[in-house]
Order: sequence, then C-alpha cells, then structure tokens
Amino acid sequence: MSTAPSATAPQKRSFTAAASVYVNERTSLAGFVKELGRKAFPDHWSFLLGEVALFSFVVVLISGTFLTFFFQASMAEVHYNGSYVPLKGVEMSVAMASTLDISFDIRGGLFVRQMHHWAALLFVAAIGLHMLRIFFTGAFRKPRELNWVIGFTLFILAMAEGFTGYSLPDDLLSGNGLAIINGMIKGIPVVGTWTSFLLFGGEFPGTAIVGRLYTLHILLLPALVVALVAIHLVFVVVHKHTQYAGPGKTQQNAVGPPILPIYAAKAGGFFFIIFGVLALIASMFTINPIWNYGPYDPSPVSAGTQPDWYIGFADGALRLVPPGWEFVWLDRTWSFNIIVPILVLGGFIMAVLIYPFIEAWVKGDKREHHIADRPRNAPTRTAIGAAGVTFYAGLWAAASSDILATHFSLTMEGVIHALQAVVIIGPFIAYFITKRVCIALQKKDREIVLHGYESGRIVKLPGGEFIEVHQPLDEYDRWKLVDFETYEPLMIRPNARGKITVGQRVRASLSRWFFEDRIAPVTKGELEAGHDGHH
Amino acid sequence: MRQSSKPVNRKNHMTRQKRRAGRRHPLATVALLALGLVFTGGAYAALSAGTVAQAEDDPTSQQTIDEGEKLFQANCATCHGIDAQGTDTGPSLIGVGAAAVDFQVGTGRMPMQMQGPQAPQKPPQFNDEQVKQLAYYVASLGPGPEIPADHLVNGGGDAANGAELFRINCAMCHNVAGAGGALTEGKFAPPLTEVTGVHIYEAMVTGPQNMPVFNDLNISPEDKRDIITYLKYVQDNRSPGGFELGSLGPVSEGLFIWIFGLGTIVAITVWITAKSN
Repeated sequence: MSTAPSATAPQKRSFTAAASVYVNERTSLAGFVKELGRKAFPDHWSFLLGEVALFSFVVVLISGTFLTFFFQASMAEVHYNGSYVPLKGVEMSVAMASTLDISFDIRGGLFVRQMHHWAALLFVAAIGLHMLRIFFTGAFRKPRELNWVIGFTLFILAMAEGFTGYSLPDDLLSGNGLAIINGMIKGIPVVGTWTSFLLFGGEFPGTAIVGRLYTLHILLLPALVVALVAIHLVFVVVHKHTQYAGPGKTQQNAVGPPILPIYAAKAGGFFFIIFGVLALIASMFTINPIWNYGPYDPSPVSAGTQPDWYIGFADGALRLVPPGWEFVWLDRTWSFNIIVPILVLGGFIMAVLIYPFIEAWVKGDKREHHIADRPRNAPTRTAIGAAGVTFYAGLWAAASSDILATHFSLTMEGVIHALQAVVIIGPFIAYFITKRVCIALQKKDREIVLHGYESGRIVKLPGGEFIEVHQPLDEYDRWKLVDFETYEPLMIRPNARGKITVGQRVRASLSRWFFEDRIAPVTKGELEAGHDGHH
Repeated sequence: MRQSSKPVNRKNHMTRQKRRAGRRHPLATVALLALGLVFTGGAYAALSAGTVAQAEDDPTSQQTIDEGEKLFQANCATCHGIDAQGTDTGPSLIGVGAAAVDFQVGTGRMPMQMQGPQAPQKPPQFNDEQVKQLAYYVASLGPGPEIPADHLVNGGGDAANGAELFRINCAMCHNVAGAGGALTEGKFAPPLTEVTGVHIYEAMVTGPQNMPVFNDLNISPEDKRDIITYLKYVQDNRSPGGFELGSLGPVSEGLFIWIFGLGTIVAITVWITAKSN
C-alpha cells in the first residue's frame, strides 16, 4: 500500500474506511477510540450492578420524557371527567386528573407510567446493591474514594428524584407522604415552620408544591444525576476497573475483554435485556394505583400508607420512636420524636459517605488498591458493613410494621418493640457474628492452601497406617486464596516535636480494633514447608 | 317331618349363632350409634325443613323465634347467658338487633373459636335459615338495627360518591382498596375483598368488634349503598395495571422489585458473565 501511488489509494479504500478517515480528519476521534476501545474491563457478574443502575436510569429518562408530554403540574381544581367510573365528577387537581388521563385515556400511557415507576424502583435498588458490592470488596480504597462520594451522592439524588416523582400525581398517597415531610420540617427547631412555609408557598398543602417539585423532578435533579453519572464513569475509565485476585492479575494491570468490540456489544445487549425485563414487569404488575387512592385531601389517610422502598428507612425511623418525646419547654414545642431520627439518620448517612477516608486514616495506607478484597479478608470492614446493613434493614422493616402485623398475625406493639431491638442491639450481634465467620473462613482458606482439600480417599500405608489423601489445590485456585494484604495495628509514635497527640492515640486504638484479630495469608515459605511434609 | 325339621333346626341354630356373634362383634356399638344418629338426624332434618318452610311464610313468626331460641341456648348461651343478658365472658345481646346477629353468625365470627383480641372470620357454623332464626330471636328481645333491604345492598348506587365516602370514613383502617389494615394490640381491620353487600351494610350499622357504628345520621342509607357500590366495583373489576400484588401499596411493590426484578437481573448478570466451557 505504501508504495502505491497516492492518487489511487482512496479508490481502493472500503466505504467504512473512507467514512472513518472522513470523520477522523474532522474530529480526531481515532486517538480517543484507540485509548478507550482497548480499555480492558474485568468480567464478573457483580461488576455489572452499576450498569444495571445506569440502564434503568436510561429507561427512567425515556419513559419520563413521554410522561412530560401529558402530565400537567398544576394544582388548579377540576372535576374529573375521564374514563374511570369511581372517580367521575370528583373534584381534584389538574395534576391528578392528568395522571388519571395518562393512566386511562392516553394510548400506552398506563404502561409507560408503570414502566417509569418500576424502572425508578429498580434504579435505586441497583444503586444500593452496587454500593454494597463496592463496600464489601473494598473497591472504595485509594484512588477511588472520591468516586465513592460521587456514587453515594447519586444514591441520595436518586432518592430525591424518587420522592419528588412519588409526590407529583397529587393523589392521597403522595399527599400523605408530603404531609409527613411537612411534619418533619416543622419539627426542626427555630427554622422549621419558616422552611415549611417557604417550601409549600404558605400553609401546607397550598397550591404551589406540585409545580415546584415538578421543576426539581424533571430539570434540576436529572441534570445533577446526569452530570454526576458522567463524572462517575470518567473516573471509572481514569482509575480503570478493579479486579478480583487471580493469576496474572496485579495492581498494575486490568485483565478482561476490551471495551470494543466485546464488552460494548455485551453491555448494549444487556441494556435491552433490562429494558425488556422492565417492560415485562410494567405490563403485568400494577404499581401505584392512584385511581384507588383518589385525590389528595388532608383529612383521610389510608391504612398501609408507606413511602416507596428507598424512603422506607426514614419512615421506619419515625415509627420506631417511643411515645412521649415531644414536649413543651420555654413556651416552645420540642419535637425530639423528629429531631432524634433526623440526627441519627443524618449521622448514618455521613458515616457511610466518609467511610473510605476513615478506613484509610486508620490503616495509614497511602498505596493504590486495584485488586478487590474478598469480604472475608477484611473481617472488620465486613463486620461493620453487616452492622450497617442490619441497622438499615431494621429501619426499613419498621416502615412496613403494620403490614408485618396483619400478615403474620402479630401485634403492632410486638413488631415495633422487636424492631427497636433489631435497630439498637442487632448491629452489635451482626458485627460479632460476621467477624467470627470471616475469620473462620480465612482459617479454612489457610488450611486448604496448606494441606489441600480432603478428598475422602482413605489409603492404607505399607506400615498399616491409614491416612486420608488431601488433594492439593492447583496454582490458579491457590492464587485467589493467598493474594491479599493484612495490616497490623499501628504503633503509637511520637511526632516530629516528640509528642504523642490525642489524634494518634485515637488512631492507634481504632487500628487495634480493626486489625487485632487477623489471619495472615499463607507465605511462600509456609507453602513450601507444607508441601515437603507428610503427603 | 324329621327330614324337613332338621334343616330348619339347623338353620335356626346357625342364625342364632350368627346373631349372637353379630351382637358381640366389636363394631356392634358403633353400628348401633350410627343407626341411632341417622334416625335422629333424619328426623331433625325433616323437622327443621318443615320449620324453614313455615319460616319463609312469616320470618318473624313465633315459631321462628322459638327455633332461634333453641339454637341460641344450645350454641350461644354459654357466653351470652341463657336469656342473652350477657355474662363475664360475653356481652348482653338485648337490643343489638337482627343485623348484628346476621353479620356475626353469618360471617362465621360467632360462635367465637376462642377469646382473643378479635374474633376472626371463619366458615359459618349455621346455614342461612338458622342464622335468620337466631337473628329474629335476638331481635325479639329488644329493638335494634334490622337486616337491610335488598335495594340498599345490591350495588346499584353511585360508585364515585361511595369511593369518596369510603376514603374519608373507612380507608384509614381498611385501606383505600379495602385490602385491610392493622390496629393496635393484635386487632385488625379485615380485608373487604370478599364481603357481601349485606354484611358490609350490617357492619356499618352495628359496628362489630373494633369498628365504630355508622348510624343513619352519620352516613345515610343511600350513602351506605354508594359505599357498597364502590366496594363491589373494586371486587368486580381487576386492576387495569395488571396483578395488584395484594393492593398493599409500596411495601409489596418494593419487595417485588427487590426479589423478582433485581433477582431476575442479577441472574442475568451471572449468565452473561459466565465463562464459556
């Protein structure tokens, strides 16, 4: 080719090549594609959970765009005159009436509405599972701490997106949800009442809130989510993806199929699978039947009124507060039944947000980590995670305390007291059990690496001795069991001025708590000594 | 004679032997009991069939009331007292009216299976005629709410008005879709998904278990008819959105998306990242 005359070269080019050259000469995309397209993406099912969240978000965006064509975010009063008989002639807001029209009088409207809602639930659920994967494998460690913060912010934004969307139809359920929010805001000392009036444009419920939430729901929050998702993904490319330990996998490389063509094709197909699953669910299962709930009216409240699942933990926290925490002092009402849950949940959220920085500080570890931990190999972190999950799960379950009571024939008081115990004592129990289980699993791993699997084959030696033959691991499997790091508690050392600060003492005691109980990975020497032995 | 008498004797002998053996058979008592029960039951059935025939002519006749009294004394008096005056274990039934009895006995809540926070619904112990006999007996003890007329309970009213009244007056315990809900201390508001119009009406006017009474000044008979119309609409028309998941609201929706939605998708992630063999 290089020797051919340049005048004839363009004629020999295929159309694809010509088009590529045309585009590249004008955009310089080649370098970008070369860089990104050859990026290796390690293959593991748990690495796709973030993609599930992303793809459900795309479904939310597409279906939501359709809904904006027909939804009218107005609280003006109208008499419903659509197809649904039990609401005919009932006075309601335009928002509610237009949602009913979407459900009953616009072709495909109910399907898209249900798909939007189911996809939103899946979006937040997938984020939750994705975060658990990141946490328990330590994938938030340097250099990914900031991406953890961005991801967690996305989780909070997704909850805000969900809640604003839940409130838009202006049906009884969403109005009850807003009434609780209003109550929580008013429970905040000093600024509460002012904030509530600011938000609702006067006394709750007012006539402004749906329009305001709509602006947040379709403009501000999606813009923030899209921007943060973009940064989140750029960081994934910049940091490269983590991978599990295995032969040939190091802190310096990433082993897996390249993005182009294999990975991109798989991910593209995966999007349509998720779209299909959501379409199937939306076509078969009712979600948020606003026609049952009817228009919002501050007087009725339905039994079984709950927020969508991702707000459940906050609702549960309010339900678990014992009676009598609200009292009058200095001529003011102090709603500790609201202040305490807000503080506790705020503290919990902050703790999750900054956990990567706390762990890095306790470890005093400034190295980069690209090999994901197996949860058992970080027993204290895994135990802390289990405690957090138990705490969250207790609050979450409390949001359905009434359903638990009716469906398991229990008393409401019994359910509440049991869940109070789960939320307060449960995390400690979960912590200790998980830590012991992790350490026991590590011991088992050591045993297997050193002595192999018990094969169940009993052999009689010439001397008359019976032994069970142990099957040694092959090297590939062994690698996965020995390639991890352990830390030892930090020593307290005087600083440059010869002083031991309080911070250092705290750090040392935390470090001791983290790493006092530990199982070291099998070393090469131990391995060789083990193999020279009796088998 | 001899020739002929011998076989006869032998036959008699054998029959006597057989009969003696039959009388001593271990199942003889059982058979006798069964026979006795069949006769008594048959006679009773014939008798009560006769009563029903008469009761249809005049539901409040003295004979209906007498039959009701017998049933009452046999099945209810232990707790409610021999004259329905009430005891430590059951309230007085004087003045509760026919509607209360028709609801409580007709839905199987009474006779109660055990003392507890609330009498659960169970298959009715009495047939319709017996329930009516009991109801008219109790109604004869003092004036009270009557069993509603058919035009009030057949679902021919205004569903939209009924739905609004239901949301305002009933949904806080029974849930907007009538799926039921929890009350304190193990009590509960039962689901209304399979309750008949008559029983809904009777429950409103008599306030069974923990339910308040909605008398005719509170909710007029026409409004009660509208509420029943709405509930019948919900019973007869399935959700346009597909399976209702129990009409329990966001809890069942959340469980569904976590277990079936995310469960399915995680299974798919495992599938598409599986190593090819």
